[in-house]
Amino acid sequence: MVRFLIKRLAAMGLTLFFAALVVFGVLEVLPGDPAATMLGLSATPDTIAALRLELGLDAPPLARFWGWVVGFFSGNLGISYTYRVAVGGLIAERMAVTLPLALMALALAASLGIALGALAAAKANTRIDALVMGLAQLGLAIPNFWFGILFVLLFSITLGWFPSGGFPGWREGLFPAIQALVLPAFALALPQSAVLARITRSSMLETLSEDYIRTARAKGLTRGQTLRRHALRNALVPVLTMLGLQFSYLVAGTIIVENVFALPGLGRLLVQAIGGHDLILIKSLVLFFVAAAVITNALVDIAYGFADPRLRVART
Amino acid sequence: MAATTGRVFGKLLVRSVATFALMGAAAIPALAQNKDTVVICQTLEPPILDPSAGAAAAIREVTYANIFEGLVGLDRTSKIIPRLAESWTVSDDGLKFRFKLRKNATFHDGSPLTSADVKFSLERAVAPDSKNTQKWIFEPIAAIATPAPDEVEITLKTFSADFLDGLAWGDAVIVSEKTIAKAATEPVGTGPYKFVRWNRGDRLMLERNDTWWGGQAAIKFATFRFITDAQAQVSALLAGDCDANTNIGAQEAVPQLMSNANLKVNVGRTEGETIVAMNNAKAPLNDVRVRKALAMAIDRRLVNEGAVSGLGTPIGSHFSPNHPAYVDLTGAIPYDPAKAKALLAEAGFPNGLNLTLRLPPPAYARRGGEIVAAMLKEIGVNATIEPLEWPQWLERVFRGKDFDLTIVSHVEPMDLNIYARDNYYFGYTNPAFRAALAQTKTAKTEAERNAAFAAAQRQIAEDQVNVFLFMLPKVTVAKKGLSGMWENWPLPANPLAELKWN
Repeated sequence: MVRFLIKRLAAMGLTLFFAALVVFGVLEVLPGDPAATMLGLSATPDTIAALRLELGLDAPPLARFWGWVVGFFSGNLGISYTYRVAVGGLIAERMAVTLPLALMALALAASLGIALGALAAAKANTRIDALVMGLAQLGLAIPNFWFGILFVLLFSITLGWFPSGGFPGWREGLFPAIQALVLPAFALALPQSAVLARITRSSMLETLSEDYIRTARAKGLTRGQTLRRHALRNALVPVLTMLGLQFSYLVAGTIIVENVFALPGLGRLLVQAIGGHDLILIKSLVLFFVAAAVITNALVDIAYGFADPRLRVART
Repeated sequence: MAATTGRVFGKLLVRSVATFALMGAAAIPALAQNKDTVVICQTLEPPILDPSAGAAAAIREVTYANIFEGLVGLDRTSKIIPRLAESWTVSDDGLKFRFKLRKNATFHDGSPLTSADVKFSLERAVAPDSKNTQKWIFEPIAAIATPAPDEVEITLKTFSADFLDGLAWGDAVIVSEKTIAKAATEPVGTGPYKFVRWNRGDRLMLERNDTWWGGQAAIKFATFRFITDAQAQVSALLAGDCDANTNIGAQEAVPQLMSNANLKVNVGRTEGETIVAMNNAKAPLNDVRVRKALAMAIDRRLVNEGAVSGLGTPIGSHFSPNHPAYVDLTGAIPYDPAKAKALLAEAGFPNGLNLTLRLPPPAYARRGGEIVAAMLKEIGVNATIEPLEWPQWLERVFRGKDFDLTIVSHVEPMDLNIYARDNYYFGYTNPAFRAALAQTKTAKTEAERNAAFAAAQRQIAEDQVNVFLFMLPKVTVAKKGLSGMWENWPLPANPLAELKWN
């Protein structure tokens, strides 16, 4: 088990290192001078030179790469070119929006998707099943930003229940903050819940035809008991796998949804950083996204290892 | 079995829907209008908050005349008004400026404004390591003397007719040496509003400075919110989340906003001359006949319509209609594709030619570019569109001069001087123009100066340096009860002290 863990962690570290190399290399060859971008159309060359010097842009690439990697792992990500504050602080600030948003969306997607999927399976081949699956089809087809726009139209402009966007910040209290995240979370969650509903339904139908379900019924359990104790639990394994995969999709989805709702999250920070050619911020953000995906995957793998000894053996 | 499960999940659904509705219902009281606050929405967020060390217009839109002030300022009609200097005198030769500072002006940290602060601010702006993007303002300064705490005497090396204009810009605000190190994130100025907090990426909060020399502003709390997405801006206005938007991105939404009973819309002007810039230094556009042919082939009214919903003010040269020296040259080159074709043939291109059209990201450029390319095709000019991000545009077009055509808005006020720069991206050099521009600097009277400006405008129109399209519009939308928003932008600024609820 220990060997499995070490191997898994080493693979993770190696992946991250190569990802860092690629991110740095790509940004290095990208045309554009951060200093010139910041100073606009009327700056004189000596002003630009002064800024380049201050930003440390004239150091050789290898030295900058090494400085960045060492900084990334020691928690010192450097100073953002455009914002002139620590990159670590900027990312932490934005995490406070994106992480709760993604978790809220994940919880919503899971509860809605599993509930609807189970409902459809329980009522398989009835009108309810057709309705739920029809809705799921629709949910899959409609992109999350479009849901966002529709929600704003209905719940903000027409009904006035929710703010149309923006984020008051956690220090204004829990309620206004959560309230600002409700519509974006739903917009993010609906397409994901459609996927989950379909998987839950088919997985549940498959489970319901298993021998052990018949055995459970035969030993005298009621239909409801069989469903809750045996069918749903076993049917959830593939659903949970999907849920793990979806977390990365959700984080990526926030880039678009945060723009529609003007939320100050990581996704919007990335868009702003690219617009301002803030290389140091882009590098760290992209690596941060990569790290989040790689770490989530590693955790899911390790969790499987604990849950299913067969996998553990196969990988050692 | 099926029935049980169905009921359980059904209940779950009902409950989540009910929670959703409940959360919303509780929000309604928060929407009630509080007349002591104002929420101003704008497109771009300032990267930093020190207007003397960054080019972004958003810095000035938030801080100018709110947090920071200069010795003098500009009002909404582009007139120079006293701000931290209550009065000033100029010597007869125009080389000595004597400013009398306001006695009751203080910084937000409580320290009084003195002549030493003025000296520090101006010297910092012109220092070799300065990041000020408008150094030309300060370069004529020879010496700054501080004969008294409330008196500053500035001596110029040479006469400069636009020195005082420059001092009114956001780049020339007066800062304090004590607090300048943190000005990028925690600005301390002398203005009618104090910085409170900045939730980066979302909003910036200000509170009235009750000890401002100019009295008290009408509204106690002001918030700037930053909404990049054009559709989200419209939604925020319709939902009542913004009390005003300084310049909306979706010009096509103007009719929809105008029909809203709670909002008023005003179409004004920025100082952004929007042009189809041409590479004057490179064949075939180094030939004035080719440039004229392209200008004749472009129906500028239609470009205006397609790029900014027809809200731009047409121009015929690189000069703002807001300025008294403006000459109307919009009719100088009428749209005439047949004549354009003939002119092109005369210049040696009877079969047309191939050009690149490299476009930066703003909607006016991307939409305008499509239309321009289609019009040029009519006279046999094949313009290949290449969309670029700003950093790449700056690198390749602006610095590398690797382009034939581009579309861009020059947003700085009074920027006619770019046509006299060596090595500027559109590659124009004409001694006659430079002479005219030099006269605007040495002119001793207003009339003489305006005449020189007129000559300069005519010269670049005649040389058809670029195709002059329109002034970028400023579409201000505000709630009906709110008054005082600037209709035009002689400078990027949103002075909050002029706002009030009726």
